[in-house]
Amino acid sequence: MSEAVEHRTDRPGRPPGETPPRRGSLSFLRSAGALFLRQREATVLVVAVALIIYFALASSNFLGKSNLITWLSEDTAYIAVLAVGEVLLLICGEIDLSVGFIYTFSPFLTYYLISYYHFPGILAIIVSLIMGIAVGWINAFLTVTVGLPSFITTLGTGFVLLGLVDTTSHAEPVPVPPGVQSIGHWMSSYAWSEISWAVALVLLGHIVLTRTRWGLHTVAVGGNLLGAQEAGIKVKRIKYGNFMITGLLGAFVGLQVAFQTNTIDPTAGGYQPMFYAVTAAVIGGTAMLGGVGTILGAFLGAIVLGTLTDGFSIIGISANPLDIIFGGAILIAMIANVQLAKLREAGRS
Amino acid sequence: MTTTTPEGAAAAAAAGGDILRVEHISKRYGAVTALTDVNMHLGYGEVLGLLGDNGAGKSTLLKILCGFQPATSGRILLEGQEVVFKSVDDARARGIDAVYQDLALVNQLSVFHNMFLNREQNSGPLLNNRAMRKLAREHLEEMGIKIPSVNVEVAKLSGGQRQAIAVARSVYSNPKILLLDEPLAAMGVKEGAIILDLVRQLKEQGNVSIIIIAHNYGQVLEVCDRVNLIQHGEITYDKRSAETSVTELTEMVVAEYRQALEERQRLGQHPHIPS
Ligand SMILES: Nc1ncnc2c1ncn2[C@@H]1O[C@H](COP(=O)(O)OP(=O)(O)O)[C@@H](O)[C@H]1O
Ligand SMILES: [Mg+2]
Repeated sequence: MSEAVEHRTDRPGRPPGETPPRRGSLSFLRSAGALFLRQREATVLVVAVALIIYFALASSNFLGKSNLITWLSEDTAYIAVLAVGEVLLLICGEIDLSVGFIYTFSPFLTYYLISYYHFPGILAIIVSLIMGIAVGWINAFLTVTVGLPSFITTLGTGFVLLGLVDTTSHAEPVPVPPGVQSIGHWMSSYAWSEISWAVALVLLGHIVLTRTRWGLHTVAVGGNLLGAQEAGIKVKRIKYGNFMITGLLGAFVGLQVAFQTNTIDPTAGGYQPMFYAVTAAVIGGTAMLGGVGTILGAFLGAIVLGTLTDGFSIIGISANPLDIIFGGAILIAMIANVQLAKLREAGRS
Repeated sequence: MTTTTPEGAAAAAAAGGDILRVEHISKRYGAVTALTDVNMHLGYGEVLGLLGDNGAGKSTLLKILCGFQPATSGRILLEGQEVVFKSVDDARARGIDAVYQDLALVNQLSVFHNMFLNREQNSGPLLNNRAMRKLAREHLEEMGIKIPSVNVEVAKLSGGQRQAIAVARSVYSNPKILLLDEPLAAMGVKEGAIILDLVRQLKEQGNVSIIIIAHNYGQVLEVCDRVNLIQHGEITYDKRSAETSVTELTEMVVAEYRQALEERQRLGQHPHIPS
């Protein structure tokens, strides 16, 4: 959204520092409207707001405190956090299908370290987070250094992680060890902690993507890999880094969900949260071809998905048709993005 | 390091020194041998035209000289000292900058971000966009390059404008050696003139030495002090511009083509148009 400000203060042909001439309010509205439409996040913002209004009107409980917590902390936050990583990867032309299995594995690792190896709680959590980074590193190694497509790499590592969980846990859930309960509160089991973490991580991710060298180089790597290399950018480092960030976020979300539900479940995580995160990214305006994407857009995408999940359950419609709606939402969002891009193109030339 | 003030350059030039010498450079890409044995030199303040057919190895040589890729064998002497470039940044730090044939621009980024790609201005951990925007605008203005705004994505620019941005970027940090790979390829007559004027201007200032790869022999002879022809990965021809002509250069290349054609016919293969 910051782009908007830049465009306005930097019209060509006007000396810097000079204020723009005043215009009528109508033309201001029109140019504000055009400016809004030019933002990649515009479509999904409209959809999110429309859905929220719809469910608020359909059920008086929707905006009540207890549902707000369910809606935002339980149904939205985890998608948003995973989407931060997926957006960074999609922008640099990669994807991580294994992140949901990192999510599955990390609370189990915490449990094993505490129960079998008597690690202090905090240390077990730190090691579990490092496990996420390490899986990200392995994904990057196989993709960037060995040269497999990330789709295949992460498909493989995902299965390996799931197998590890199922083998070690005999596919049975385990309880959250008492030693980590207090950290667990801060990570997720206080009512607002998950959504607060999500907002903080989204903002941090947004700043990294739009305001730092790392973000700029991520876009450069996805937009023109050879060109980025020729400009001297260490393209491998960028990809390694983004895989590792995604792995870390996966491990973090896995712990959050375990603490919040107070159980460590081998069926938690998996493909579903990963696909929701990619869906949120795509609905929010991130291209699958690399070079283009916004984390704020993905956050709005996560809100759309979270709102649909929660809204359907609160107005008492079965969750079964939800996936039809999600599928439709992806397709409509993609069509809208393509059409909007054409509109933008026409508006500029 | 030797100084490259105009006086220093002039003195070095008078002493007959070369800012850059390339000795027995070869380059293999797997089974493909792109360069066999390249020997080349570049004087202080000199503009050298590098000619050659497509696939002759011009870009390969340039990418070795700017640190993008290592040579398979041979050595590079910069101001008399042997150097091994570890990276593009390394070569750039020693005063060598390049415009690649593919321009190395990122379509999705603005003009000013492209101008400062991998040499961004930061304030603390964050990009200093304001400073980069201002510097980019000033630099482009100074060079007489006209674009709608430094904020537009480079995807929105014409081929000539893109090429101009790439050239402007390469001279931004005042390199000692500038390598230009077909900088006139996407240019209209007028845009091409801007680049050629720029090369002339840099030449007059006398503190940069330039290697320029081009196909238009007329333009090359106009702006270069000397021309080299590269054929099958070797320099086969080295003359001062004053001592050669468009006709002679054309003849050289056509002769190469005829020879290849005869060779093929002799071997009973069908002649084909060189790609
Ligand atoms: N990265 C690469 N991998 C394999 N072969 C390459 C690569 N770059 C160039 N070549 C080959 O090296 C030869 C010289 O190419 P190049 O230097 O681009 O020629 P020019 O710039 O003179 O047209 C060609 O046969 C080309 O196919
Ligand atoms: Mg070439």
